[in-house]
Amino acid sequence: MSAPLAKTTPTFVGMPKFPAMAKDALANTQQRRNLLHATHTIRAKRASVVEEVPQWEALRLNGADVKDEVLANLDSYLLQFEEKLTERGATVHWARDAEEANRIVLDLVRAEGVDEVVKVKSMATQEIELNEALEAAGIHAWETDLAELIIQLGHDRPSHILVPAIHRGRAEIRQIFRQEMGKVGRPAPEDMTDAPRELAEAARLHLREKFLRAKVAISGANFAIADTGTLVVLESEGNGRMCLTLPETLISVVGIEKVLPTWEDLGTFMQLLPRSSTGERMNPYTTMWTGPAEGDGPQNVHVVLIDNGRTRVLADEVGRQTLRCIRCSACLNVCPVYERVGGHAYGSVYPGPIGAVLTPQLRGTSSAIDQSLPYASSLCGACFEVCPVRIDIPRLLVKLRTQVVDEHRGHNSVESRTMQAAAWMFADSRRLAKAQKASTLGGKLLGRRTALGALPWPASSWSSARDVPVPPKETFRQWWDRTGGGQA
Amino acid sequence: MSSAREEILGRIRSTQTGSAATVSVAPAPVTEPMETEAMLDLFVENMRDYRAIVREVSVDDIAAAVDAVLAEHGCHTVVVPPDLPPEVAPTSIETTVDDDLSATALDDIAAVVTTSSVGIAVTGTIVLDHCAGQARRALSLVPDVHICVVHADQVVTSVPEAITRLRASVEAGRPLTWISGPSATSDIELNRVEGVHGPRNLEVILVR
Ligand code: SF4
Repeated sequence: MSAPLAKTTPTFVGMPKFPAMAKDALANTQQRRNLLHATHTIRAKRASVVEEVPQWEALRLNGADVKDEVLANLDSYLLQFEEKLTERGATVHWARDAEEANRIVLDLVRAEGVDEVVKVKSMATQEIELNEALEAAGIHAWETDLAELIIQLGHDRPSHILVPAIHRGRAEIRQIFRQEMGKVGRPAPEDMTDAPRELAEAARLHLREKFLRAKVAISGANFAIADTGTLVVLESEGNGRMCLTLPETLISVVGIEKVLPTWEDLGTFMQLLPRSSTGERMNPYTTMWTGPAEGDGPQNVHVVLIDNGRTRVLADEVGRQTLRCIRCSACLNVCPVYERVGGHAYGSVYPGPIGAVLTPQLRGTSSAIDQSLPYASSLCGACFEVCPVRIDIPRLLVKLRTQVVDEHRGHNSVESRTMQAAAWMFADSRRLAKAQKASTLGGKLLGRRTALGALPWPASSWSSARDVPVPPKETFRQWWDRTGGGQA
Repeated sequence: MSSAREEILGRIRSTQTGSAATVSVAPAPVTEPMETEAMLDLFVENMRDYRAIVREVSVDDIAAAVDAVLAEHGCHTVVVPPDLPPEVAPTSIETTVDDDLSATALDDIAAVVTTSSVGIAVTGTIVLDHCAGQARRALSLVPDVHICVVHADQVVTSVPEAITRLRASVEAGRPLTWISGPSATSDIELNRVEGVHGPRNLEVILVR
């Protein structure tokens, strides 16, 4: 590959806080248009297919409970899963963190003596930055999902869980394909226009030669079934089927929270996930495999189970429910904050409401970006309403805010001094009346204006993103005295 | 130093102290099976909604329907699994019987004919478990036209019913492919484009 891909975590750690990144994102009008269109379209599709299912709420309750049951007994389900897989002829590996997982995968790839792998879109491998680790070792990792291909060729970062290139328009995509495809394989056709059909055709041709010659594939998994040892991958384009079927070796990187107890539990999740995610009754393709199948597909099957912060999340009784997440991205599409700022501002591979709660729990709240994430929400509650596994994201956000505030206690910020002053004022009704009366003076002086412009520092950090209302011309108490409680 | 496995299991167990690890799980809702004709109609409607081409034929007309599909797509080459039932096999053009063909060889073939294992009405889904007549996975993946024969008695109403039927296949270690319409993407400005890497044409022959 000609240039390294955009880094994820290492870059993210030094990233500015959410508000700073959001400000840049808000200035990008093309991105805002794309996002508005995308989130509203998927939202409407989801709503209509969810409406078709009369027992939707019962499905959500079952889905949430099944996941809680897994989390309460995670050790035994993982052991059962491992035993079944081993019985079926697959090899199971365990990795405490990203570094260990990457080392395991790298060793497996090297053992096959290849210098390239094909990849199915996977959040887990993005989280551990596997592509970067492979590239550093001289192994090309070809992303095969169309959106991931656009991101990879454009040296860009994903901005949505489901449609990672949602911030790119067709003209930009054409440009990227024309410039970059030829550097890493079959070039885009000379006469390719920016019609989506032609762009998809270019991707088909570009990737086909890679699929046909690949010896090793790397995937994630949507579900891992403990009582049968089955792995499940949902997709749309067939790139997943190509990767999961044609190569000789298949390595799947799976978060330890992906386990479901029984094969029958899958019935609930095969209803919840497609409808919540793409807003379809069912996604075009799903592949399920239970170790290597004789005479069919990869004969060398590996599964890498990764912790990478998940047991830390598990240890927190309230935070634990975050691990129910099935990465459907429904919460992104309904979020008024995500809809405006897009995915990059969240500073991790997990954007939107789920990112705002998952990332600070996985990584801790020591960096500026991770401290600011719990505030990237208006707490409107739409994310909880749509979440197929009923994760109470608003409650978790509030809890994480408390944690961030507690960690900063004793810091002498403008905000904490203001709050101390407010506490002093509210503690005594006479002080409050006096202060209120004083503030109406400003209102009288400002006449008919309804909002103030930017305030001087230090209040500017607050007013830069909000309208500050003009103070009222009289206080409630003054109004009450003057009108006799509205009687006059 | 303990192994990663022991350490992760240890971390998990350290979170389990105190409260008993039993969660009362709300039961999964049950969808009542539909009456057969209505169920088959819904199956067809939902498959069409996701852009599969569906033909409904009687058992004597399967081969003729297969031939008609091949002619319509102008296919000159077609591959079949060795154990494809004879009443399903094309008769109009010469067929290649799969003999562990390479992916590159499959890429030169226009069409494939397979049977299937389960159909799901409420989602318009066909499931292959890749045993007799359904071919190994590469066959129904690489050629651009997939002709899939589904028998009426294979169709069930809901996803959980299908899951129940498929347990035996999974326990036998067979892979499953769930197919709902042809390959598709919505990655470019959310415009749906049919046909990226999988077969761009899904032709279903429903025997009812
Ligand atoms: S938190 Fe819920 S809605 Fe959001 S991605 Fe996860 S499962 Fe989907």
